Amino acid sequence: MLSRPGLLQTLRRTFASTSTSTASSPSLIASLKQISPALLDQNPYELDRHGRGESFHPSLPPDAICHPRSAEEVKQIVKLCASTGTALVPFGAGTSLEGHVGNASPHITISTTKHFNKLVSVDPASLQCTVQPGITRHQLNHELRDTGLQFMVDPGADASIGGMAATNASGTSAVKFGVMRDNVLQVKVVTASGEEVTAGSRTFKNSAGYDLKNLFVGSEGTLGIITELTLRLHPIVDNIVSSVCAFENLTQACDAVVMLLSCGVPVAKCEVLDGPAIHAFNIFSKDVADMTPQPHLFVELQDISDGGLLSQQEMVEEILRDCGGSGIEFSADPAVRKKLWAARHATYYASCALRPGEGKGIVTDACVPLGKLASVIAATAKDVEESGVVGPVFGHAGDGNFHCILPVRDTDSDEYLKKLEDVNDRLISRTLAAGGTCTGEHGVGSGKAKYLDQQYGEGAVEIMRTIKKSMDPQNIFNPGKIIPNSEG
Amino acid sequence: MRVLVGVKRVVDYAVKVRVAADKKAVDLANVKMSMNPFCEIAVEEAVRLKEAKKATEIIAVSIGPKAAAETIRTALAMGCDRGIHLTTDARTDQELGPNSVAKLLAKVVEEESPDAIILGKQSIDGDFGCTGAMLAEHLKIPQCTFAATIDFDAKTVERETDTGTEVVSFPSLPAVFTADLRLNEPRYATLPNIMKAKKKKIDTKAADSLGVELNEGNTVLEVFEPPPREAGIFVDDVDGLVDKLKNEAGVL
Repeated sequence: MLSRPGLLQTLRRTFASTSTSTASSPSLIASLKQISPALLDQNPYELDRHGRGESFHPSLPPDAICHPRSAEEVKQIVKLCASTGTALVPFGAGTSLEGHVGNASPHITISTTKHFNKLVSVDPASLQCTVQPGITRHQLNHELRDTGLQFMVDPGADASIGGMAATNASGTSAVKFGVMRDNVLQVKVVTASGEEVTAGSRTFKNSAGYDLKNLFVGSEGTLGIITELTLRLHPIVDNIVSSVCAFENLTQACDAVVMLLSCGVPVAKCEVLDGPAIHAFNIFSKDVADMTPQPHLFVELQDISDGGLLSQQEMVEEILRDCGGSGIEFSADPAVRKKLWAARHATYYASCALRPGEGKGIVTDACVPLGKLASVIAATAKDVEESGVVGPVFGHAGDGNFHCILPVRDTDSDEYLKKLEDVNDRLISRTLAAGGTCTGEHGVGSGKAKYLDQQYGEGAVEIMRTIKKSMDPQNIFNPGKIIPNSEG
Repeated sequence: MRVLVGVKRVVDYAVKVRVAADKKAVDLANVKMSMNPFCEIAVEEAVRLKEAKKATEIIAVSIGPKAAAETIRTALAMGCDRGIHLTTDARTDQELGPNSVAKLLAKVVEEESPDAIILGKQSIDGDFGCTGAMLAEHLKIPQCTFAATIDFDAKTVERETDTGTEVVSFPSLPAVFTADLRLNEPRYATLPNIMKAKKKKIDTKAADSLGVELNEGNTVLEVFEPPPREAGIFVDDVDGLVDKLKNEAGVL
């Protein structure tokens, strides 16, 4: 049984050795090889890579990796693993942030980006397309470019669509286009019995039965293996302008966000960065001009006509100024916009780079009702400063969602690590007390399972447990994730 | 300024090509085809000139089979004004080579009198990288190849070379420019523009009706895949390494 590690222990384990559990049976490996000659990979570097995402969590590698080419092969793999009670973990592009893909139990990984990554069909008139889970979003949008349509969910990284669905990913575009649950119309999933079920509908509206599609989307590989997705697409719009605006303090910046949304400005992106985040940004990103190290809003607007865009721009400028914003700059140049948003995505790396040396960053992911954003984010930034740790704060203000990056170094003292753990704990308490969620977009993985009871209450978590037990009685699908106190 | 842009229909860059069974060519059956990436960059540059009010008309020209009209439509959707399609059944990845293409384009230039001709630096199927230079030669006009930036006011071009960037100036227009990767990042066409493109004009003519001899002068004998990569090996010591480099790899 897995104990519930405190953050401090997890951080210490980061630099210790990996799992000591017994491996998957040789006969299982042999049977898997028989599915197809090129299917199985046991290269030690690949095993290590498939045991980690982009977070600080240590690699917990599989015993073997399968590269299926079809849903049929996925079914065969699931049936074989079920027959021996061997755990199974799906893997896309490896960009997850909560230790999703590593598993301390001996397990087989299903890796989708090699052979299970095709665009299956496009239906432009229905504004949708169907894909295999291993296709990455850049690959998909490149293949869609002649249709005038795009898949809008943008988590920053070039993640796989299957992985994005499994974690209900979102990102900077969510404020206008929604999260994965809003952009996945239908999924096909291979369940514990080895059969493929279809959940959802290719329609924009569906009231038939329980919403299984939204159960699978965000289930982090714990209920089955996704084998196909039908996605909602949106028209590419070329009237776009991005803007930056400085504020005296975070409260002002967040109040401006409330004003923008309350006035009905259909912002396409609405991001806040605090002073330390801008400072990190300035040092790290050479492609964007330096900004004064104070809180900033980055806002992007788009419209189907340039007249409409101009109207939005005028309105936004007025609102930002009224709320105390200064140094407001707009740019329609695609190269400038691209650099700005690339630098925004790189703020995670920029934050880690503030503390040079070996190590990674703890990425927190608080999301609160919009009216509480100002107080929660300001209190967090203040706590970071008073604790004397490095912890830039930035995020999707338009969604009430922000991240505090706490870079960790191999050489950090226990005292410093304890401070980080405390800052993180207080952040989550503050968030939940404000009626928020411990994870707005990154997911639970294993690290955040312990907060679900506090966030939802026993009753709801017990229902989740019941669902998991009935859909996966042998607990072979990514065991130990999401559900607190579950066996791994 | 009138700008002529060349666009070629090639195998999509993401496709893993296979050699045809008869080893005479690449297998193109049911393979996804797209505009050559460097041609996309050329089109984007021309469209930006129009948006900056430096160009008044952009013509997209393609030489290829019937389906090459789709490639021209893509150029129109990106912002070109009209198209010229020279049809041919010759394989444009190996039968119709750069010299033939250059001679055909020269005929189009004579007809249309553009001030600037922008081509991609090379196609990703033939990979010759010659068409632009040959075209300039046939027309006896300046050429600025591998352009990373083009300044029509200062009449200078930054060229990408293997040893770095060099700045050249061109004396006058008309001139031929070939687009390198860093020239710009091409746009994705919006649906309204894709719809509008359907109404723009494309002039279609047979390539062999222009009075140009389409004889490349070389024949493809065989197309084959490179041998599969072999695994690396460990050597015990420096002497062993030197021995392998000398006697096996033949590089010493």
